[in-house]
Amino acid sequence: MVRRLSQEEALELFQKATLLELGEQANALRWELNPKPVASFVIDRNINYTNICVSGCAFCAFSRPPGHPEAYVLSYEQIFQKIEELIQEAGTQILIQGGLNPELGLAWFEELFREIKKNYPIHIHGLSPPEIYFLAKQEGLSIREVLIRLKSAGLDTIPGGGAEILSERVRNELSPNKVSANGWLTVMREAHKLGIHASATMMFGSIETDEEIIEHLLKIRELQDQTNGFIAFIPWSFQPKNTKLSQILPADGVRYLRVLAISRLVLDNVRNIQASWVTQGAKIAEVALFFGANDFGSTMLEENVVRSAGAEFRMSKEEIIRQIRDAGLKPVQRDALYNLLREF
Amino acid sequence: MRNQIEAKVKKGERINEKEALFLFEQNDLLWLGRLANLVKERISGNQVFFNINRHINPTNYCKNRCRFCAFSASFGDKHGYQLSLDQISEIAEQTGDIYEFHIVGGLHPQWDFDYYLQILKLLKRKKPNALLQAYTAVEIDHFSKISGLSLEQTIAELKSAGLNAVPGGGAEIFAEEVREKICPEKISAQRWLYVHRALHQAGLQSNATMLYGHIERYEHRVDHLKRLRELQDETKGFASFIPLAFHPKNTRLEYPYYTTGLDDLKTIAVARIYLDNFPHIKAFWIMLGEKLAQVSLWFGADDFDGTVEEEKITHMAGALTPSGLTRAELVALIRSAGREPVERDTLYQVRRVW
Repeated sequence: MVRRLSQEEALELFQKATLLELGEQANALRWELNPKPVASFVIDRNINYTNICVSGCAFCAFSRPPGHPEAYVLSYEQIFQKIEELIQEAGTQILIQGGLNPELGLAWFEELFREIKKNYPIHIHGLSPPEIYFLAKQEGLSIREVLIRLKSAGLDTIPGGGAEILSERVRNELSPNKVSANGWLTVMREAHKLGIHASATMMFGSIETDEEIIEHLLKIRELQDQTNGFIAFIPWSFQPKNTKLSQILPADGVRYLRVLAISRLVLDNVRNIQASWVTQGAKIAEVALFFGANDFGSTMLEENVVRSAGAEFRMSKEEIIRQIRDAGLKPVQRDALYNLLREF
Repeated sequence: MRNQIEAKVKKGERINEKEALFLFEQNDLLWLGRLANLVKERISGNQVFFNINRHINPTNYCKNRCRFCAFSASFGDKHGYQLSLDQISEIAEQTGDIYEFHIVGGLHPQWDFDYYLQILKLLKRKKPNALLQAYTAVEIDHFSKISGLSLEQTIAELKSAGLNAVPGGGAEIFAEEVREKICPEKISAQRWLYVHRALHQAGLQSNATMLYGHIERYEHRVDHLKRLRELQDETKGFASFIPLAFHPKNTRLEYPYYTTGLDDLKTIAVARIYLDNFPHIKAFWIMLGEKLAQVSLWFGADDFDGTVEEEKITHMAGALTPSGLTRAELVALIRSAGREPVERDTLYQVRRVW
């Protein structure tokens, strides 16, 4: 039976336990919460509809200011093309995210989602809390109203991006123009109340302390106690290349596994924990299946954001299946809500 | 079997080949880690060793052309090269204060033994403080053939030219049925072991490797480890065992995969548990990747190799790592793993504790 960790216990475990001790505890909880000997993955692609962003976060290598020669907005046609390619590959969801672009109003997204739903049998996992918060501010609407309109246009679930580290100190330093930690949690709370499920993320390895990592996890756990709206948690490491923080060394393999394990242990009320092969590579992602992760993330036919910051890993569906099998687990394709669709 | 192995490891008793095979067949990674870590900490506590070294690969022209090798070349190949003594001298001059030159290359069809000796003498002259860890058993056997000297005389010549220790390459997989498919031209397992026995008898320390993750089976790995453990019982001349993860790019072996993280960690763990008479198990980060190599410090490895500076052999086979790491990077990786970084030289003399 799960015994809930207090803030002090979590911090002590995170800082003092050996790598193997952390792994053993996280692995035990993984099997308690997900007793099936499977590891899941989803076939999807990221669609980054624009890189124009007024947020200017220090850790981002993807965004461009309005008017920049490399700035872009994808047309509906381009987006549909990408969806068609994905459906060809048996994909079930799109992860549609982009910058905070003042040119794109709520109507642009509503029409886009309606058109997508009219034409394609695809799950829309889209618009992280900073984008939704930004839309509400631009349109002078409440967060709830924006969410209701997006949902009725076809939005299915919300990705957990933009959480970074849910500590006002870190956010004031790295992303002062982005939604606050409280704002991020408010968007998620409102979404969950409307029956919109979401994932949650954490970007560690920039300037945060161990205490702030635990603070982040506890904030997610507290909200989850109230709403039960988070389906999965995904910790991933900051990629410093091409960012304003490029002097920081990227988080190493041991650090990643420790963060993953403590995430599994603190978030006893979030069922799924995803390994991040995009930031860690196939080898560590497979090892992560022994440190608390029960999901291998997605095939990501396309990803642009962490790639701009130097992540060079690529994996095909076949490679993901091979890694999962090698770990002694059954590879299973899932949908956005973690329903198992197909065994391999 | 599981309980029996666990009891043996806890008591510090030797496991047998059947038990080693059983360990390879397990997927309980953390259990393997716990056992291997027990052995590692018994031998080296919380310490992890690393070297400040530089690799020099004098030539890739090679008579052997092993199927798994993406480095070797024949005359006329675009990627073929050979370093002149002037070029090697230049490399030595550009190199800072290091503890070791690690020298491995092809069996050049035209170079004579004297040229290989001159390389050693030159580096000794240029960098008297750097130890020379040079020439695998395969090369040493080749020197004996081209010079007409006995193996013992060949080794004596190398020693007087400045050789300090011998790297563990060329072992690949000892089993004949694998060897004939992956490196039919290469010396046999018996010969490889014979050369190392002769080296140990001449007072030279050496390492041992195993190239895994291609067409071999777990049985072959166990057989490989068995032969090494037997020789080590006899001579005590091996300093470290280094599992080498196969890299598939540009090779002629019809096997397309990189090794997996589980297999890398498992191989290190089983080696640490089974090879109870080897002082060190090395995580060769060039092949494992820095991340996985770092994690392996909890799965039996107690050595992170070194700075390397300019690795060529694995990089021609699609290595995904940088070709060198700085001292500061190595210290940071070891420390962040929760271990104590210790700088050592080739002979495991401690040079600096961080």
